[in-house]
Parts: sequence; structure tokens; C-alpha cells
Amino acid sequence: MFQRLPNAAAERVPFTIDGRPAEAQAGDSVAAALLANGVQTCRATPVSGAPRAPYCMMGVCFDCLVTIDGVGNRQGCQVRLEPGMRVETQDGKREIGL
Amino acid sequence: MSDLSGSEYDVAVVGGGLVGSATAWGLARLGQKVALLDEGDVAVRPSRGNFALVWVQGKGLGMPEYAGWTKRSADGWTEFAALLRDQTGIDVAYDRPGGFFPALSEAELEARAQQLQRLHNQPGVVRYDYEILDRAALRQELPFIGPDVAGASYCPLDGHCNSLRLLRALHAGLQHSGVAYRPNRRVERIEARDGGFRLATGGGEVGAGKVVLAAGHDNIRLAPMVGLDAPVRPERGHIIVTEKTIPFLRHPVGFIRQTDEGGVMIGDSFEDAGLDVGVRVGVVSTIAERAVRIFPLLGPLNVVRTWAAQRVMSRDGFPIYEQSATAPGAFLATCHSGVTLAANHALALAPHIAAGRLPQEFDVFSARRFHVPEAA
Ligand SMILES: Cc1cc2nc3c(=O)[nH]c(=O)nc-3n(C[C@H](O)[C@H](O)[C@H](O)COP(=O)(O)OP(=O)(O)OC[C@H]3O[C@@H](n4cnc5c(N)ncnc54)[C@H](O)[C@@H]3O)c2cc1C
Ligand code: FES
Repeated sequence: MFQRLPNAAAERVPFTIDGRPAEAQAGDSVAAALLANGVQTCRATPVSGAPRAPYCMMGVCFDCLVTIDGVGNRQGCQVRLEPGMRVETQDGKREIGL
Repeated sequence: MSDLSGSEYDVAVVGGGLVGSATAWGLARLGQKVALLDEGDVAVRPSRGNFALVWVQGKGLGMPEYAGWTKRSADGWTEFAALLRDQTGIDVAYDRPGGFFPALSEAELEARAQQLQRLHNQPGVVRYDYEILDRAALRQELPFIGPDVAGASYCPLDGHCNSLRLLRALHAGLQHSGVAYRPNRRVERIEARDGGFRLATGGGEVGAGKVVLAAGHDNIRLAPMVGLDAPVRPERGHIIVTEKTIPFLRHPVGFIRQTDEGGVMIGDSFEDAGLDVGVRVGVVSTIAERAVRIFPLLGPLNVVRTWAAQRVMSRDGFPIYEQSATAPGAFLATCHSGVTLAANHALALAPHIAAGRLPQEFDVFSARRFHVPEAA
């Protein structure tokens, strides 16, 4: 859906989406990295199960919530992608570490 | 929002919070023609900010009749919730898994045990089961308690609901049964006239044969207009709500409970308020810290909202129900546990108001108990 502006110099950053290997660019937020990888929805809401995707990209709407390295409900647009990050789309309510 | 002038009702209920709504709902069920006069959205109302417990244990030390009244309401809640669901399609998520009240030291647990024993030793008090669990027994029930938890009291009669949905269901039910709900109609004055009442609001005057004062904090001002007395004061309570998380806790555990939708609510001390007057925890960080000591797994959760609301508290913490001696069609109803007692207000109190007389069993709840001379 989204296409990057050409920026050949950017460093590649490997990470995983739901366990699958993926790649994005240094400086991407987690939300941007998901969109660049064609992820259409990143979570289902906890009560009605409606699908959601990153929307405002500036920390306001909370639609971009994902699980990052095992911690749920993190705002993907507010977290910078790091090499090796485990990003998981989130189905409903976050975990509580039981 | 039509003009009210000239309208006549069997009963005018003043206040559309939990107490007024439940009572009006019960009156309408009995075929009474009811007007419910309420303020607008800016009103001070604990009915929109409470903790949603239907709670029995520990209530009634100093007034055994209150223990019985509370138990009766909790026992009526299953039927009450079913009636609301059948009428409105709204599920208020009432669940009665039993409640724990945790103690963070042996001394706290001992004090709790003694307090419950004193309560249950009162002559004439209603009988029901409760238990004191030590740490090992409590861990069988709640494996994820923190190392500081010494034990808990447990009562199978305790439960909880979704209290915002309760208020919504009541209002949907009121509409369904033809009650004239009028928001933005603060009652300024009430006058007893010709065996009935005239209620003056900013939007016109209403006439009614009977009047029920359920205006929360404003009952103080309204009650003397019809020969009643409502010595209540506000008592602030705080609540914290976390983000929604997978279900891990079905039981209400004192001031911690997980809602049907997954958020965890953390409040300050809510029950035994009659004994705890003066004890104000008040500070959000203190209640959060205590909650994390009880359930360390709450620690990483994000808080999404905190708020404070004002309880409507009588001097001894017990409800006031009273019929005016000078204007006998006027009734007063106020309490600090409007969720717990909603079933009673709808199913037990409303029929007496419809009949026009509070029976003798309500004498104990009269505000006359506060009129004892200071130096008797
Ligand atoms: C933090 C907190 C936690 C709580 N937790 C629990 C709990 O877990 N379980 C439980 O059972 N209870 C709980 N409660 C108590 C419960 O919320 C109250 O008992 C209940 O909401 C009181 O309802 P009410 O209708 O008397 O008062 P209110 O909610 O104050 O409603 C009064 C209504 O009257 C209206 N009004 C006022 N003056 C006028 C006027 N002159 N004319 C017309 N309308 C008027 C107001 O606008 C309002 O709508 C809690 C309270 C607080 C503050
Ligand atoms: S996309 Fe709106 S908060 Fe992240």
C-alpha cells in the first residue's frame, strides 16, 4: 500500500513480524516498519475485536498498539525500530505476565 | 425536554443518579406515573464514578439492620439484573463469585477477623457465611498474590457489575416504561400544597402526589423544604483504571477488581466506611502501591484513567430512608452504596413508596437517629 521515497543510503534493520523475518530502515518507527512491510492491520480491539492499523503516526490515537519483545499495548509509532525486535500484532487484550 | 408546566404525576423523583433511577424504575414497574427530574451533565454524581461492587462483607457493624438490608439487596441482584436485561437487552455484567478482602500483615488480618466477629456477634444480625483465610489458603484461590499478603477475609455473597451499564440500563428501562425523564431540570424549590407537591425547576413546575428526594448531595438543601433532614457530607474517593488485559481475576479483591471488559480498577477503601470515617487514603500513588503489593503482576500495566468522585456519606455511614412526618407524601433516600443497594431500591423500597407508607422496619434508618441530644 505504501511506497518509500528513494533513500538508498539508509541502513537495513532486520526484525520479525509475528515470527516471520522482515526488514526496514534505520530511523523507522515500529508502525512505519509494519506499514512498509505491507501489514494492513496491527491489532484487534479488546472489546469488539474490530481491526485497527496505525493512523495518526504521532502518538495520539493509540490505534497502532502492538506487542514488542513480549510487552503488549506499546504504541508502535512512538517506538524506534531496533535490530532484532520481535514485533507481534495484538489480538485483543494485552498480556499480564501470568 | 418539553416544558413541564401543568404536568401531574403520581410521583416526582428528584435526582437521576443510581438511587433515584433505581427507585423510579421500581415505581414505574408498579404502574405509577413517574417524573424523574435531574440536573445536566455537569452534575456532581458518584453514580458515574463508582467502583461497581455489590458488596456485603463487613457492612453493618453498629447497625445490624444494615447488614440485613445489604444482604437482601445482594440476594436480589440476580433477579434485578435479569429483569433489566429482559426489558432493555443490556447486560449489566453482574457476577457473584465471592469477594476477598486482603490483609498486608498478620496484624491487619487479625484486626479484620475481630471486626467481622464483632459484626456477626451483634444481637439480631442476619446470618451468613464468611471465612478468614491465611496466606496458604488464600494462595489456593489466588495463586498470584504478592509476598506481603498475609491472608484475606472471604464472603461468598460479594460480587460486582458494570456500573456505567447499570445506570444506562436503568435509564433505558425508564424510557421503556414511560417515565418522564427530564435532564437539565434542577429542582430549586419544593412546596407541599393541597395534599401533594409542587416542584419548581428552571424549566417549569411539576405537580406530584408524592415526592422522593434522591438528589445525592443536594438532599441537604431540599430535605428541610418537606420537613425532612439529610445530614450527609461528601467523602472523596479515588479510582485508577488500567489498560485492558486478559482476564486473570474473577473475584473482587477489596479495592481491586477486573472488569468484564478487561481493565483493572483500583480504588481506595470503600467498605466499612461507617467505621473508617476520617481515614482518607486519598493519594493515588499510595493506592497503586498497595495494589501492586497485593498483585505484583499489575506493576507493568499502564494506567489509562484516574478520577475522584464524592461519596454521599451520612454521619454514621448508614443509609437514610425516611418519610416526612409533616408532609407524609415526601420520602428521602440516600446511601453510600448505591450500586449494592440498587436491587433493594428498585424491588423493596419502591413498593412501599408506591403504597405511600414506609413500614416500621425502616424506622432504624430514619435521620432521627442523629437527633440524640449531645449531652444526654
Ligand atoms: C469512588 C467511589 C466508589 C464507590 N464504589 C461503590 C461500590 O463499589 N459499590 C457501591 O454500592 N457503591 C459505591 N459507591 C457509591 C455509589 O456510587 C453511590 O452510593 C451512588 O452513586 C449514590 O447515588 P445517588 O443517586 O444517591 O447520588 P448521585 O450519583 O449524586 O445522584 C444524584 C443525582 O441527583 C441530581 N440532582 C442533584 N440535585 C438535584 C436537584 N436539585 N434537582 C434535580 N436533580 C438533582 C444529580 O444531578 C445526580 O444526577 C462509590 C462511590 C464513590 C465516590
Ligand atoms: S498511530 Fe496513532 S498513536 Fe500511534
